[in-house]
Amino acid sequence: MASTITLPPATGAAPRAPVFHLVDEHDHAEGGSTMLGFWIYLMSDCLIFAVLFACYGVLGGSYAGGPSPRDLFELPLVAVNTAMLLLSSITYGFAMLAMEKGRVRPTQLWLAVTGLFGLAFIGIELHEFAGMIAEGATPQRSAFLSAFFTLVGTHGLHVTMGLIWLVTLMAQVGRHGLIRANRRRLMCLSMFWHFLDVVWIGVFTFVYLLGMLR
Amino acid sequence: MTTEAHAHDNAAHGHGDAHGDAHGASHGHGSLKGYLIGFGLSVALTAIPFWLVMTGALGSIWATALSIMALAAVQIVVHMIYFLHMDTKSEGGWTMMALIFTIVLVVIALSGSLWVMYHLNTNMMPMSAQDMSQMP
Repeated sequence: MASTITLPPATGAAPRAPVFHLVDEHDHAEGGSTMLGFWIYLMSDCLIFAVLFACYGVLGGSYAGGPSPRDLFELPLVAVNTAMLLLSSITYGFAMLAMEKGRVRPTQLWLAVTGLFGLAFIGIELHEFAGMIAEGATPQRSAFLSAFFTLVGTHGLHVTMGLIWLVTLMAQVGRHGLIRANRRRLMCLSMFWHFLDVVWIGVFTFVYLLGMLR
Repeated sequence: MTTEAHAHDNAAHGHGDAHGDAHGASHGHGSLKGYLIGFGLSVALTAIPFWLVMTGALGSIWATALSIMALAAVQIVVHMIYFLHMDTKSEGGWTMMALIFTIVLVVIALSGSLWVMYHLNTNMMPMSAQDMSQMP
């Protein structure tokens, strides 16, 4: 580390002073590193969910004499919810395909359909939560319910944020068309949306289905 | 060592610059066929575990639990490939590196928590409310 660093030589600098940083400014294409950066954000988000899953895994059996998953979960409702999220994934895929062809109207249409499926997902989830809370299965009831509401609620919050982002981007595309910046943003949201679907696979498997088997 | 690091850095940057412009086109390389295959597989991989649990077709709880976990793992891979377009090439392999690193962390966090807390629960001495009230 003590040796001098002389590459690349500083232009016009007097006798070979060591340079400890890159002297020439690279010009990066705007947004050239956004995809990698966003992927790393998603990976960090993945760690948040991993910790919440671990928490649920540890506390998921502590009912404190309260209701158990069998008493609370309705699998048909969860199946419908899962279908909503899966359908929204494929319609977002269709939006991306329309975007790559540069067709604004179909892109907007598929984004709107995606948003509706996402909204249906959130609606069903809130309905489920409301039903549980009405039965007295609140987050305060037991460690199992605290962990459940934290994990599933965090996922729901992500989907809600995704919906806000989706509406924002639809307004952007409506105003400026499919310019490069908007394409980049749509691709980031695409990764975000599909990532949430991946997390949901974990939720319906480990929380709902395994919960029914306990 | 340092000059080498520099050269490497420059090379990486050069790559990034060249890559940057073609980004829009190169990243979303999904095709209609790819999305439909992914969707079809996901529907099957979602429907089967729900069916297994709702009908109890396998009989044993352990067999059902193991198979739905295996199906979930397969479905996650399907989503990664067909919807998130993961491969070893994009961004010079760095997305894959980040993913592998994350998977390692997730496995450590999950298995470590479950393992330790399970043993903590089973090895704990049972304690009555009476004992509890006399705790220092």
